[in-house]
Amino acid sequence: MSKAILYDATICIGCKQCEVACAQQNNLTYNDSVAAESVQSAHKYTVVLTKEDKFMRRLCMHCNQPACASACPVGALHKTKVGPVVYDVWKCIGCRYCMVACPFNQPKYEWGSLNPRVRKCIMCPDRIAAGKQTACAEICPTGATKFGERDDLINEARQRIRENPGNYVPRIYGLNEVGGTSVLIISSANVEEYGYPASAKIGDTPVPEYTGRVMEKVPDFIPVWSLVLGGIYWISHRRDEVAAAEAEERAQEKKNGRAQ
Amino acid sequence: MKIKLTFWRAVFVVVMVLGLYSTYVRYAHGLGAVTNMSDQFPWGFWIGFDCLCGVMLAAGGFCIVGAVYLFNVESLHSVVRPAVLTAFLGYLLFIVGLLFDLGRPWFIWHQLIYMNPHSVMFEVGMCVMTYTTVLFFEFLPNVFERFNLKRPIKWIKRFYPVLIVLGILLSTLHQSSLGSLYLIMPSKLHPFWYSPALPFFFFGSAVAVGLAMTIFESTQSAKAMGRHLEIEVLVQLGGALLVALWVNALLRLEDYWRRDMLLQIFKPSYEAYFLWLELLFSFVIPITMLSFKKVRLSPQGLYLASVISLFGFITNRLNVSLIGFETYVGHHYVPKWTEFSVTLMIIAMGFFLFAVAVKYLPIFPPGRELAVNLSPGTEASHAMAAPVLTHAGD
Repeated sequence: MSKAILYDATICIGCKQCEVACAQQNNLTYNDSVAAESVQSAHKYTVVLTKEDKFMRRLCMHCNQPACASACPVGALHKTKVGPVVYDVWKCIGCRYCMVACPFNQPKYEWGSLNPRVRKCIMCPDRIAAGKQTACAEICPTGATKFGERDDLINEARQRIRENPGNYVPRIYGLNEVGGTSVLIISSANVEEYGYPASAKIGDTPVPEYTGRVMEKVPDFIPVWSLVLGGIYWISHRRDEVAAAEAEERAQEKKNGRAQ
Repeated sequence: MKIKLTFWRAVFVVVMVLGLYSTYVRYAHGLGAVTNMSDQFPWGFWIGFDCLCGVMLAAGGFCIVGAVYLFNVESLHSVVRPAVLTAFLGYLLFIVGLLFDLGRPWFIWHQLIYMNPHSVMFEVGMCVMTYTTVLFFEFLPNVFERFNLKRPIKWIKRFYPVLIVLGILLSTLHQSSLGSLYLIMPSKLHPFWYSPALPFFFFGSAVAVGLAMTIFESTQSAKAMGRHLEIEVLVQLGGALLVALWVNALLRLEDYWRRDMLLQIFKPSYEAYFLWLELLFSFVIPITMLSFKKVRLSPQGLYLASVISLFGFITNRLNVSLIGFETYVGHHYVPKWTEFSVTLMIIAMGFFLFAVAVKYLPIFPPGRELAVNLSPGTEASHAMAAPVLTHAGD
């Protein structure tokens, strides 16, 4: 079973405790100026956005089939069975294909560093392994960020929407988007207003499939194309050889004819 | 040896000095200090030009090798060596460019031990690595010949069929894969350029560019070295280029038609202007020019048509990699001067190495040294490279 995070924007009070806990968990500085930043960056993996009296969290969605992991040439990013999409800094060569590939624009980069790393929420894999919740879920005073089994959280989200239909946009963002994600969001305003990509735009197809359709043909393409190329080479050179041999034969015959 | 200071040599020195300064900033202060890339624009001019255009411009190697050795087009034999040299230098410089762009270039070898076969980038990396090795062996006989070493040449000749087939196979794979890289961003790349057919476009345009580039470099080096220009070869390449341009144009047209975009591409918009620029230079102008027999038979006409189409395809690569993302990101990306300066330095290195190789290695067949009279009209466009080529080697 895989773990997930359910974020219910309707009960979020915008206290930004999740930002604080996240920074602490990942050894990042958190002060007033960081708190005031409303964009995610290499030093701020999650952010609570405010619009009038409503709030919205942004963090890595931990896709079921992550674009970043399929894009990474050295496999520095991968989805664990438990749910988190984690990063192995040692493997990373810094090509930044993960950043370009991510439909949610989650991986961020240490642009000022001489040995830069890709930074994003990794869903506290150590805490999960120790049987704990993620730092953000644990600290959340209202339960707006809730950690648990993905299936249970989906049921709970559905139930909340059913019981309070007037309170919610009737959908769970992340249920089917790009093939489903391990972060689920329910809210009273459309998540798109806070910079999330529209469901229609990213679709339900897991992003790795777009390149997978081409990549799966490569193992067949290599031997077939080599044979075709080799064949063409052989034929065009064989023609020359035959022509040369025939010419020689003719010359020989001519010589013999004259001799007789 | 006295070195005269000419205008183009001065330019070369300035480009190198600025480039070295930018190199220092790159490795002393990081990517953020030297580029305008950001979390919103993680790939900039270096990927767009140095990598995408660089590999495309080096496609002449496999096109000409394929024509001559695979299809036995004997008449093109005289351009094999310059084409292979251009390709070899092109790939080497592409790798140099990569060392600037990668955040952790010192771990580039991780590619060899941590493999992710699902990644298009992995495929590109492996192909480029192997193909550069293949090109090295295809280039090596020049060096052996220079030092009159007959045994190793014989040895390499024995493996030639393998090298040729491998070279074309790898080129097919990675030229198209550079397009496949962008397949993973359907929600980000503008629909003018995002198409499931991207790998086919990238491969097709690489073939056209390979031919155009061979015309360009033959004319250029003939002029620079005061050599006889083999007009029959150019005419043949020009004919092939016309066919290649038509195939590419029809592929693109069919794609827009199939995706119901034919009307949209004519509506003025920021992206449309760049698309028009691209289509005009890569297809409309060169195809129109080459359709006239008079142009197809004249060295100047062929040269001009090739250069225009090269410009068009470079625009295409920059559209795919930069312009096509601006609406999605919501702001423009303009490279920092240091990004341009690194790229210029790499290009200057290319011209310099080409000139040195041509001067000291048997790249062009000996004899037949004859001044060519190219009309003064084309002089201006030559001016960019010719002087560097002429003098850089002394």
